[in-house]
Parts: sequence; C-alpha cells; structure tokens
Amino acid sequence: MARHLLGRLGHLVLVLWVVTTLTFVMFRLMPGDPTLNFLSPSFSQETRAALLKGFGLDRSLGEQYLIYLRNLLHGELGQSFLQGKSVVALLAEALPNTIILTLVSLCAAYAFGIVAGAFLAFRRGGVVEAVAIPSALATRAAPEFWLGMLLLAGLAFQTGLFPTGGALSPGAEAGSFGAMLISRDYWWHLILPALTLTLYLQGLPLLLMRATMLEVLNDEFIVMARMKGLSRWSVVMRHAARNALLPVATAFALGLGASVGGNVVVETVFAWPGIGRVLVQAVQSADYPLAQGAFLLIAFVLVVMNTVADLAYAALDPRVSVGAQR
Amino acid sequence: MPRWTRGCPSVRSVNAMMQAIGRFFRSEPFAIAGASIYAAIVLVAVFADRLAPYDPKAMLKNGNRVARYLPMSPEHWFGTTSSGRDVLSQLIWGTRSALTVGLTAALAVVAIGTLLGLLSGYLGGWADRVITWLADIVLGLPFLPFMLVLAALTHPGTGVVIFTVAALLWPNTARVIRAQVLSLRERAWVEAARVTGCSTARIMFVHVLPQVLPLAALYGSVAIGWAILAEASASFLGFGDPDTISWGVMLQDAYANQALSRGAWNWFAPPGAAIMAMVLAGFLISRGSEKLLFPKLAGS
Repeated sequence: MARHLLGRLGHLVLVLWVVTTLTFVMFRLMPGDPTLNFLSPSFSQETRAALLKGFGLDRSLGEQYLIYLRNLLHGELGQSFLQGKSVVALLAEALPNTIILTLVSLCAAYAFGIVAGAFLAFRRGGVVEAVAIPSALATRAAPEFWLGMLLLAGLAFQTGLFPTGGALSPGAEAGSFGAMLISRDYWWHLILPALTLTLYLQGLPLLLMRATMLEVLNDEFIVMARMKGLSRWSVVMRHAARNALLPVATAFALGLGASVGGNVVVETVFAWPGIGRVLVQAVQSADYPLAQGAFLLIAFVLVVMNTVADLAYAALDPRVSVGAQR
Repeated sequence: MPRWTRGCPSVRSVNAMMQAIGRFFRSEPFAIAGASIYAAIVLVAVFADRLAPYDPKAMLKNGNRVARYLPMSPEHWFGTTSSGRDVLSQLIWGTRSALTVGLTAALAVVAIGTLLGLLSGYLGGWADRVITWLADIVLGLPFLPFMLVLAALTHPGTGVVIFTVAALLWPNTARVIRAQVLSLRERAWVEAARVTGCSTARIMFVHVLPQVLPLAALYGSVAIGWAILAEASASFLGFGDPDTISWGVMLQDAYANQALSRGAWNWFAPPGAAIMAMVLAGFLISRGSEKLLFPKLAGS
C-alpha cells in the first residue's frame, strides 16, 4: 500500500509538472510579443520595470521558464492587469465561492442520485424505468447553461422568487467572508446556480448506482440474504446498496475535480463570483496573468482529485490489488 | 468479402453485419429513438435552404420598423430575435453547423482514440506506457478552461472547439479500445494469423481493428454530443464563430439581449432543446448498443 501511495504521488507530481509546463508554453507561444501579455500598457514605468525583473521577462525563454517554476513554488502568480491586485489574492477570494457551490450541488446530486438509482434498481422494468432513464439521460444531454437560463427565466425573472445573479443583493455589503457565509442573502443567491448544477450532475450517480446495484444483486451474498428470509427492501438497501456505493464514491471524487473547472458556464450565467467566472472574465478582457493563474488552479484541483479518486478506490475496494499494474 | 481478408475468421461478411445491425435496432427501442433523432437532424440539415421560411440572417421588417421580439405566430413559429431574425430559420440552419462540428470532432476523437488504443493494447511494453502516460496528462487538463484559453490565445471559432475535443477526449475511447484489444490479442485466430506469417501491422489493422470498430463507433456517437455541447458552451462564453448560425450562438444572442427578462421562451427554449435532443440521441444509441457489445451487462 505504501509503495502504491508513493508511486501515485510521484505520478501526481509528474503530471502536475507537465500541466504546468504546458500552461507556460501555451501562454508564451501565442502570436505577438509575449511580454506584452504580462505587462499591461497601463502600468506605471516603475511597476513595469519591477515586474519585468521579477518575472524575468527581459531574459531568454529558458530562464523565464525557471523563474516561472520558482515563482509558482513560492505561490507567486503576478499582478492582475485590470484589478490591480495580486492574482493569488483574487483567486483566494473566488475559490471559496466555487467550492461552496460545487460541494452543495454535488452532495445534493449524489444524495438524490444514490437513492433514486437504488430505487430504480429495486423497481426494475415497467413504466417508472421507461420514464426515469431517458429523463436522467436528458438532463446530462442538456447544456448546463441552458438549464440555468430556463430556471432564471422561470423562477427569477418571471416570478421574482429568486435573485437573478451575483452572490449578494445589490447594495448589500458583507464585511468579511465569514459574515457573508452566515448571511441569508448569500444562500438565497446560491439556490438557483446550485439547483442547475444538481440537475445537471444527478444523472451520473443515478445511472451508475442503478447499474452497479443490478450487478451486486446477482452476487452470492445477496442470494444468501434472501434465503435468510430478509425482505426485498432490506436486502436492497442494507446489503446491496452499501456494496454498490464504491464506484459512486469514486465518481464523486472525480466529479469534484471536474466541476471546479466545469462550473465555468454556470458561474457565468448566474454571475456567481467563483473561479470559473474569474477565468472567463480574465480571458475575455485579455488579463493573461489572472487567466493563467485561474487555469493553473483549476488544473491542479482536477489532477489532485483524480489521484484522490484513484487512491480512494484502491483503499476502499479490497478486490483491487494495489500491487498489480493497471 | 474482399479477397485480402479471406480465411480470417475475424472479418464477418457485410451481409452478416447488416443483419446484426437490423437485429440490434429491432431489439433496442432506445437505439431506434436515438437513430431517428439523428436521421431527422440529417434530413433537416440537407434541406435546410428549402425548409427555412426566411433567411436566417435577414433583419425582418414590419412596415418600417424592425420586427423584433415577435411572439410565436403562424408567420414566425418561434417568433423573432431582438434584431428581427426568424428563430425557426436559425434553428433549421443550426443543424448544419451542429452536424459539421459534431461529425468532424467525433471522427477525430475516434480515429485518435482507436489508433492509440490499438497500439497500446496490441504492442504493450513501452508503447503502452507512453500512451497511458499521455492519457493521464490529457485527463489532467480541464476541458472547458483549456478550450477558452486556447480560443483566447489563438483565434475563436469552431477550429479550436474541434481541436480541443479531439485532443482532450481521446483517452476515454483509447482506454476502452485498449481493454478490448488486450483480450482479442489472446484469441486463437490472432495466434493463427501470426503463425501464418502475417506482419504485426497486418494483424493489428486487418484482423483486430475491424473487431473494435463497433465499439469505436459507439464512443463516436457519444463524442458527437460532447462536441456539440462544447461548441455551445464556447459560443455562449463568447468564443464561438459569430458568423455561423449555431444553436450555441443563438443561446448567447438570447442571453445577451434580454430574452430572459422579457420571458421570450420562444427564443431561448428551442435551441437548447435541439442541442439536448441531438446529444441525447448519441446517449440513447450508445446505451442500447452497450447490451450488444457487453452481453455481461445485459441484465441492466
């Protein structure tokens, strides 16, 4: 196990390094003068000089790369062009909002999906299944932002039940992040974007749960439980469901990594101030340092969560032999 | 049966294949539904210029004034946009862009994924290690953010969408093809081909490849959907090709021009529904064929 863990961690570092390098290449090899992409014309002469030196933009590409890696290790991502703050500070402001939105939606989606999937496995065949499965597939097929638009038009613009965007009402000022978190206004604004994501995400756990449940229900220990005379419901929920949860748990970890970056469109539709929206705005306004920082953060979360999912799978499932090569 | 495949048990005759496809559609209502949606979209795309009642880019006038924000009516089934364009005509023309993006990207994904899956599964060794490693890296790149950054750094348009789909989505196909090839490689007929002196390339491309093509096509039908969703998201975020008429561009237009606050459902509901139908078609086909390709799961 320890060897497996070390191997995975080494692999993680390697993938992170490649992704980091790819990002460097992507942002440097675009057409035009690369230094212009990191130095806004609006900066004062002194700031320009300081940044030029700090990021080694006056040196060769190879040296720039080494400086870039060193800065990254120190958590230094540069200055945003437009907002005049450090990229790290802007990302730190946005990240909690994305994490809250993602966690709330994922938990709601998986809670619903697991129960509904188990129920569908329990009630196999018939009308319920004929309606439920195509609907679950349909929610995965619909563009996320379109689901958001439908909810916005129906529940915010036309009925006024929910706010139309942002994280706080106009004029409302939250002193600190903690104060914002406990304000009702914040959670009120969270409902629609979270509902959109939940709708979009629930299809996967539902279908996965149902499929693995049906597989588990054929196992010998289930036959045994039935022979003991347990009720069908008790067999399904207490014996089968526990064992079917494993792939769902893995999907949850993968989903967490993927949605931090995948929230881009939902955050844009609802003007939710998270990482995805930061990235979109930075890219749209050619704020390259901020765009690079946001992209790196999203990619890091994805890579780390992929590893976590892999390790969790190996740790939870005794059948996965960690010594074996995949 | 072409002459060069004679004696190879792996290659079925065209006739048998057609029969298998026929049987498959008869037994799988989901797949029939999916295939009908595709058929309908292809028909609409082919006859788009005859079906569309108006020029999708023309600003329609009502007397002297631009016919903006018209509701549903017999003249304009889905009303008009904020710039007086007919929504139904745009919807109909959108099928062409959807099919172009979807098919090109899916073909690219399937070609790359199948080739790399085949190489890594059949050759094993360092080829397998390199390809698995590449797949791991690609899986570490977030899809939408990557597309956005690439579009911003090069130039926005469908080219970037197709490239991103091809470059980032092949690992799923490759992984499944690899697993399939690993089991096919051990079959007796591959051994027989080897003994009769077939080259490695010949065994891979003439004997093994046809066996995994149905599986590849299955992943292709899902990839069409991802490509269309990717195009829609890129357009929605402002990185689409503003000159083409696509469902994503329509949604972006509606979102940016107060369709939501005006409650113009006739404008923003149809394009999203069209995207959903087309992506769903791919899911339905692949779901139906899962039972055909993985008989072990037949119970589910």
